[in-house]
Amino acid sequence: MLLEVAGLKKSFGSIVVADDLDLVVAPGEAVGIIGPNGAGKTTLFNLIAGGLAPTAGYFRFDGRDFTGVPLQGRCRAGIGRTHQIPQPFEKLTVFENLLVGAVYGRRKTEAAVAQSCGEILERLGLLKRANTLAGSLTLLERKRLEMARALATAPKLLLLDEIAGGLTEGECSELVATIREIRQTGVAILWIEHVVHALLAVIDRLVVLNFGRKIADGVPKQVMQLPEVHQIYMGIEA
Amino acid sequence: MDDAAARSTQSFRIETAVGSPRATAVAVLIILLALMLLPTFAGRNLIQDLIFLFYMLALAQCWNLLAGYAGLISVGQQAFVGLGGYLLFALTLIAGLNPLLAILLAGLVSALIALPTALIVFRLRGAYFAIGTWVVAEVYRLVFAQVKPLGGGTGTSLTPSVTSSVPGIEWVKTLLDVRAPAARDIVSYWVALALLAGTLAAVYFILRSRRGLALGAIRDHEAAAAGLGVDIYRIKLAVYVATAAMTGMIGALIYLQKARISPDAAFSVLDWTAYVIFIVVIGGIGTMEGPVIGAIVFYLLQRYLADFGASYLILLGTLGIVIMLFAPRGLWGLVADRYDLTLFPTRRRLIIRDREDG
Repeated sequence: MLLEVAGLKKSFGSIVVADDLDLVVAPGEAVGIIGPNGAGKTTLFNLIAGGLAPTAGYFRFDGRDFTGVPLQGRCRAGIGRTHQIPQPFEKLTVFENLLVGAVYGRRKTEAAVAQSCGEILERLGLLKRANTLAGSLTLLERKRLEMARALATAPKLLLLDEIAGGLTEGECSELVATIREIRQTGVAILWIEHVVHALLAVIDRLVVLNFGRKIADGVPKQVMQLPEVHQIYMGIEA
Repeated sequence: MDDAAARSTQSFRIETAVGSPRATAVAVLIILLALMLLPTFAGRNLIQDLIFLFYMLALAQCWNLLAGYAGLISVGQQAFVGLGGYLLFALTLIAGLNPLLAILLAGLVSALIALPTALIVFRLRGAYFAIGTWVVAEVYRLVFAQVKPLGGGTGTSLTPSVTSSVPGIEWVKTLLDVRAPAARDIVSYWVALALLAGTLAAVYFILRSRRGLALGAIRDHEAAAAGLGVDIYRIKLAVYVATAAMTGMIGALIYLQKARISPDAAFSVLDWTAYVIFIVVIGGIGTMEGPVIGAIVFYLLQRYLADFGASYLILLGTLGIVIMLFAPRGLWGLVADRYDLTLFPTRRRLIIRDREDG
């Protein structure tokens, strides 16, 4: 298994945001995560790729215990992530944003990563904006930059946090096509998303979280049929 | 992602922008040479003013790297100015070393002392870090006030034998036909120019290196930089120690020029940190050009308005607040927004070329 999460617990005071979570992702697999607001989805990402320390439990990545590994070590080992609210380096150019990820995430020289950064920008449709300041990008472009920057670190596992939110139908299907392309290069994907139809177009397996607990995990179509999932999603998603 | 290479019809390479490197190098050399030759015809007042401008600008560049890029808002850099100054006095008066050698050693010792200091203050964040650095500077001040051979709380002066032992003074005296005090100023001016040029070059090459890429990222979004593999702690530590070394050398020079030191003056938060912050903020924090503009503005204000005493300080404060409110990126920000100018190019550009066989 590429990623193994076991018995992961996190509470802020009396509020439990991750309760005994188990989750595995195989190399190259695409797993979707859905759940109502406050279900602990982003917290799970922060436990895996952010600086958040779990209250109990552990997670392994690529066969190594990763629970105490600092942020930069997680990235270098191959965990890339995007943020729900894009966090560009605004006074750097789009290309320089990617360079940071490529140079530090992959521990290479700037000259050695220029070609692959250019290719990632081309794939994500940002090539024309390569030498403009990231601060001047539109929201859609910022979301693309988040993904491009994560890809620049050459991840084995890519964590996508609500990347389709706020996009038009056309933009969304473009995004789905891009993510499918990324999958074909062998990158495993763990994707949190409210736009369920976009998710279902890409993933192999679907996990449902509610109040920090995993309530379903399996083949997407079957999971969506489960009565408890229906109940949660009544009024949120058709 | 390797299969993408076959698919792409374009090749990409990186260029760290300098329009024409040769012309730039020639321009830099001409400016340096002109500044070096300035004492041959400039008056002593101008030389003294320029020494002040040079060391304030060098201090501002250090603080800008520290606060503007690495996010280390220190209000305790006077710790290293004072440390450098006192080291110069100790190394020349007590150990009998040559003042120029003492300046270099002051930088080295400042770096060595910055290391354990960092281990303490780096445990603090944000405002606590700022206050922590200030407390450290006060501790340094109190420690040096206890050192009796260096005059304790009242301070001490350099002996004439020390101030006139700087290499080059005799040479300047005979060559330019000036008296000893003027010759001392001219040599100090050259040392200040060398330190300023060295500081600018060091900061510039740090920013152009891969460390500079990380520093730009930390400046804009620290958490995101860490998530992309940047070792924040290590880079901050390196910047803290390097700026301490530079600040220590500048402090040594300042007190070689002043020839008199006391704990209150050497560790003055107003002179060595508040003014420096003012320079960086009005010029434009997080750019190399900002402190240059800020130092010139500060110099002019000081030159023409300092006689007004308290009103001058009130004016400085007001100006600082107005600029922070209405031009948060400083005076340089106003210019750069309009004309896309840069004096110290560090941008990395992606150069796209269609492949011949594509």
